[in-house]
Amino acid sequence: MLGRTASSLYWMSRYMERAENMARLLEVGYRISLMPGAVEGHRDEWRSTLQSSACDLAYAEKHDDITAAKVIQFLIFDEDNPSSIRASIKTARNNGRAVRTALTRDVWESINSTWNELAQVKPSSMTADRLPVFLDWIKQRVMSFRGALLGTMLRNDTYYFSQLGNFMERADNTARILDVKYFILLPKATDVGSDLDMQQWAQILRSVSAHRSYRWFYRDSKYRPWMIAEFLILKEEMPRSLVFTYYWTNMALDGLGQLYGKRYDCHDLAQQTYQRLKSGNMEQIFQSGLHEFLQDFITANAALSQSIATNYNFP
Amino acid sequence: MRLFIRHETQYDYDMPIAYSAQRLYLWPVDFATQKTVSWAIEAPGIEKALNYFDGFGNRVHMLTFQAIRGPVSIVAEGIVDCTDAAGVVRGLHSPAPDAIFLRLTKSTTPNAAIRALTDKHLSAKDILPGLHGLMNDIHIKVAYELGATHAHTTAAEAFADGRGVCQDHAHIFIAAARAAGIPARYVTGYLVTGMGASSTAAHAWAEALVPDLGWVGFDPANNTCPTDNYVRVAAGIDAAGVTPIRGSRRGGAMERMRVEVRVEIAQQ
Amino acid sequence: MSTVFNEMQGKGGAVREPYALIEQWLKTLSPKDVERALKEAEAIFRRQGITFAVYGDNQASERLIPFDIIPRIFAAAEWRRLSAGIEQRVRALNAFIHDLYHRQEILRAGRVPQDIIIQNEAFVPEMVGVMPSRGIYAHIIGIDIVRVAENEFYVLEDNCRTPSGVSYMLEDREAMMYLFPELFSQQRIAPVENYPAMLRQTLESVAPAACKGEPTVVILTPGIHNSAFFEHAFLADEMGVELCEGNDLFVSDGYLYMRTTQEPKRVDVVYRRIDDAYLDPLTFRPDSAIGVPGIFDLYRAGRVTLVNAPGTGIADDKSIYTYIPDVIEFYTGEKPLLKNVPTWRCGEKQDLAYVLDHLPELVVKEVHGSGGYGMLVGPTSSRREIEEFRHRLKARPKNYIAQPTLALSAVPTFTKSGVAPRHVDLRPFVLSGDRVRVTPGGLTRVALKKNSLVVNSSQGGGTKDTWVLED
Repeated sequence: MLGRTASSLYWMSRYMERAENMARLLEVGYRISLMPGAVEGHRDEWRSTLQSSACDLAYAEKHDDITAAKVIQFLIFDEDNPSSIRASIKTARNNGRAVRTALTRDVWESINSTWNELAQVKPSSMTADRLPVFLDWIKQRVMSFRGALLGTMLRNDTYYFSQLGNFMERADNTARILDVKYFILLPKATDVGSDLDMQQWAQILRSVSAHRSYRWFYRDSKYRPWMIAEFLILKEEMPRSLVFTYYWTNMALDGLGQLYGKRYDCHDLAQQTYQRLKSGNMEQIFQSGLHEFLQDFITANAALSQSIATNYNFP
Repeated sequence: MRLFIRHETQYDYDMPIAYSAQRLYLWPVDFATQKTVSWAIEAPGIEKALNYFDGFGNRVHMLTFQAIRGPVSIVAEGIVDCTDAAGVVRGLHSPAPDAIFLRLTKSTTPNAAIRALTDKHLSAKDILPGLHGLMNDIHIKVAYELGATHAHTTAAEAFADGRGVCQDHAHIFIAAARAAGIPARYVTGYLVTGMGASSTAAHAWAEALVPDLGWVGFDPANNTCPTDNYVRVAAGIDAAGVTPIRGSRRGGAMERMRVEVRVEIAQQ
Repeated sequence: MSTVFNEMQGKGGAVREPYALIEQWLKTLSPKDVERALKEAEAIFRRQGITFAVYGDNQASERLIPFDIIPRIFAAAEWRRLSAGIEQRVRALNAFIHDLYHRQEILRAGRVPQDIIIQNEAFVPEMVGVMPSRGIYAHIIGIDIVRVAENEFYVLEDNCRTPSGVSYMLEDREAMMYLFPELFSQQRIAPVENYPAMLRQTLESVAPAACKGEPTVVILTPGIHNSAFFEHAFLADEMGVELCEGNDLFVSDGYLYMRTTQEPKRVDVVYRRIDDAYLDPLTFRPDSAIGVPGIFDLYRAGRVTLVNAPGTGIADDKSIYTYIPDVIEFYTGEKPLLKNVPTWRCGEKQDLAYVLDHLPELVVKEVHGSGGYGMLVGPTSSRREIEEFRHRLKARPKNYIAQPTLALSAVPTFTKSGVAPRHVDLRPFVLSGDRVRVTPGGLTRVALKKNSLVVNSSQGGGTKDTWVLED
């Protein structure tokens, strides 16, 4: 397989995942903005949406003030913002198009029709009331893409590189959401949160579609900040947790290692991170600093991405 | 005359080079009055370099190297025996049909001023004296001046400006000859530089096809036909086609180049 | 225009033999059937992503080429004659290119003027002396042919560089077989779907002599923004070869390799779909970012085969076109089986005078233009357009050739107002490698606008499936 093909598969999946994550973050932002008398005011909610999506700096370069309309435009339609939904789908589709022959027809058609339909959506038509339906549609399209991929692709290098892109993007996304709000997850003297705490905790869970699964998993169903952190970092049952994403990242890398009969430093890097997560416990993490832990993780994740690119000759 | 030549080109870079491909026209080809005693190219990757003859009879090397730090040095060095033949080149194998050397390229397209040169010198049936007159005229009208022109200066521009280096002199000569329907080609090589010679040791001149005589060299920069002080390396349609080193690279950031050419009379 | 040859109705109004079945079938189709079929066809093409990009048209930078469901049909005997002429022409073109880059016998013999070759931009001096594998230069040629009467065919132009459109030929057939399978069981239609296999065999057969074992073939594309990218991907897929961009290939120690996720892999044959000028920054345009540095040196040294060879454009240049009948005679010793369209060379005084006097009747083309741009179609142009063109023509006569306006044959086509005849041309594709192979049929392009003679897809043309009936 060409190094460029591998790179395109990786980025195709990464950008599809990014589009889905962005839709989810926007959903949370939108929800909060609807709440009357949100204590901090909804403007700050949109600020935190920008931060969680790592788009705050790019936004500030373009806009002086934060308004719902501007943030929505920037995160959905602005092609100057490489992480906007539109830019993400377009990049994913261009990568898919470049490796069209490596994809099954179902995968290609799912990605191609998503772009064709999205390209028809006029930014001016995106009024607040239409936002939820649109965001649902994006999530469904990405899920249909992922379904096509899982259901039709041969389990060879094509599949493994797609998987890598998918899970490394998800790992980055979950870590960032946690890091932006890490301070509200720190243990406190009392385990009873204020209304505001409750609201913020729920929001974190919603950002990763985990507000229901959390209750299912922790049957006493009360929000406890360290349990939320634990759920999103250390629980293999949770499909957006860091440990889960690294389990699958390692599976994909092992697949490549076996297929090609060769292991590289990316294999060691991924294994180290996974072991750290697998044997980790929240107490230790809190003691040595949640923020530091997340920052380390984000850095290690970026280094792994770089290492994969080098080891497999991405252009 | 036995000549010793050392032609070193050194490149230095701000960053390591990821990949580089270099094409060299740095190998003299023997003919009746020029015999190579020894010749070698030293460069990274030279031992596995591609090595072939092009359609004009030139020996070409193409080398590649990966992941190295500068400076990179390419050295062509050797000893060549030359005999004076008043510029006449015999016994050189070149498969290209002569008509190819009538092609007007960007740098060898004549303008009105160059056409006037053609009319003045190359109207008569006997063209050999005319070509000498042309060479002399260009030598007088175009002063040798380093830095007045650049690699892509055309014959028309240099002639209008009245200044240039050997490349420009050769291009003007070629443009004028081709305008008269006389095949002419661009030649690179080396020259023993004595006092007052208008050129550097790395040199270029022109060759024109003279009926019954064959290819004859003309060096308008020095107003002479090549003698046994000249070593002929490569010939093409114009300078761009036979650039001694042409390369492409990835990485390296900024590049600095230094060229040093030594040509000396060697002991027989 | 009154004597347009209708390929279905013929001259006297009686249905011509090859169309007998289709004519009956058309009668059975209700407007609803047609609508449904056209919709389905469009959906197939859209899903597959069979699009082409239109330069300078940002709005709809990816469009579908309209497809018409009524096939264009040749009888077996008809095709045998055509195909013999095509093959003769292709052999002559390859011999011509070889000669131009070696001894230039045809110039020495004075059959083609020296200047129009030597000073031609499409002539690549660096190709002089290069002997490609099997001596073949143009491995893939598309010849544009028009018909004006039962037995009168003309070659409009030769495409010896990187002719495109073969993917439409294949997809049109695919769509027809999907939509109307019954038509294919009722008569024997020569298959075209083995084209990719033939192409691969052709490409493998011209691997460098130095290549041992099974040659590795790749397609080199300028990338996803190229107007024909779909075709590049399609052919790579159908042939089972890698689709590479310039960055995927590199020269190392005298051989060509592709960058893979594992060890670099040797490449022997490159079917390149990028223009000569961009192929190699070491020899051609130094600013090319889509080429491969050093690939042309490998080619010259016989380490890799480039398909088509650089410099084949000299054989399809419009200024050379008028000499092709001489070219055929010179190299084959035979009379040309296929005729050229009579052509005036505006660079010649007498011809120019005639052309200027007859502009409203003529088609005037730019010598170096393509795609139907920069041309004048006299009969359908306004007086002002003609006068404007007259100025351009007078200013640079050498840049133009002129031809009579041919009454291109017409084939019934579905239009908004029902079935009506529309003008067509034909581009058969010819492969030259271990042997010469002519696709049975080719790409039929149809001018969808009433009375229009411009079939180019960039100017609103569509395509039809092309059938060659077997005996």
